[in-house]
Amino acid sequence: MPSIAPMMNRRELLGHGARLAGLLAGLGLLPEAAQAAWREAAFAATDLARVWTALGISAPQESADIRLIAPDLAENGAAVSLGCATRLEGVRRLLLLVERNPTVLCALFEVGPAVEPDVLIRTRMAESSPVWAVALMDDARVLYARRTVEVTLGGCGG
Amino acid sequence: MRLRAQRHGDRVVVRVLMSHPMENGRRRDEAGRLVPAWHIREVMVQLDGHTVMTAQWGPSVSVDPFLQFHLRGAQAPAGSRLAVTWTDSRGEQRRDETLIG
Repeated sequence: MPSIAPMMNRRELLGHGARLAGLLAGLGLLPEAAQAAWREAAFAATDLARVWTALGISAPQESADIRLIAPDLAENGAAVSLGCATRLEGVRRLLLLVERNPTVLCALFEVGPAVEPDVLIRTRMAESSPVWAVALMDDARVLYARRTVEVTLGGCGG
Repeated sequence: MRLRAQRHGDRVVVRVLMSHPMENGRRRDEAGRLVPAWHIREVMVQLDGHTVMTAQWGPSVSVDPFLQFHLRGAQAPAGSRLAVTWTDSRGEQRRDETLIG
């Protein structure tokens, strides 16, 4: 038997999508739209400028409100704990970057309202390098903290 | 995957230890050939079936990745079901769950 359900046109569908995203945000959830496709260009970038371009970031500002969790000295570059935390409200994304790694961007987190902007991972560091903790805010500001981690034994292989 | 959620005051600390070779594409095997990149690319965190955080990772995350994050306690009452799923660059997936106390 043929379906007699009315087809929703594209505009109606998009309208429903936007309302749903608002509803989900109110519930502390991430809208599906935030679960973006794999960011190939950003993760392939070999310098900071290319990461900023790939992610559409223009003017990062240094901020005392962003806390970079990193050791001053890492004996083994194969496992260096790097974290980013802030008490600011309105954080959309957090980034962790190692400036002198073969590829600069380590991790990107999309945080919904149920999650505190306070994440930490273990990364590999090829050599001593400045590391960056970056917060992308709802109001389009891009705030960062930056510090150099000295690495005794590089951990990227090759 | 080892998944632990512990309530500390008004937040829940979640620690995840994943088992993955995280080949970054720069290592050579005994014969001197480059081992192709093979690493976790995406991590999804769900609370009672709803996505609350996603992450994308490059090849510089460590072998057997460790991840720590924090849930707001009010949004994660006791008995909530926390699920973490990773997907790697070959499309393989692993999902594990725990109950929040």
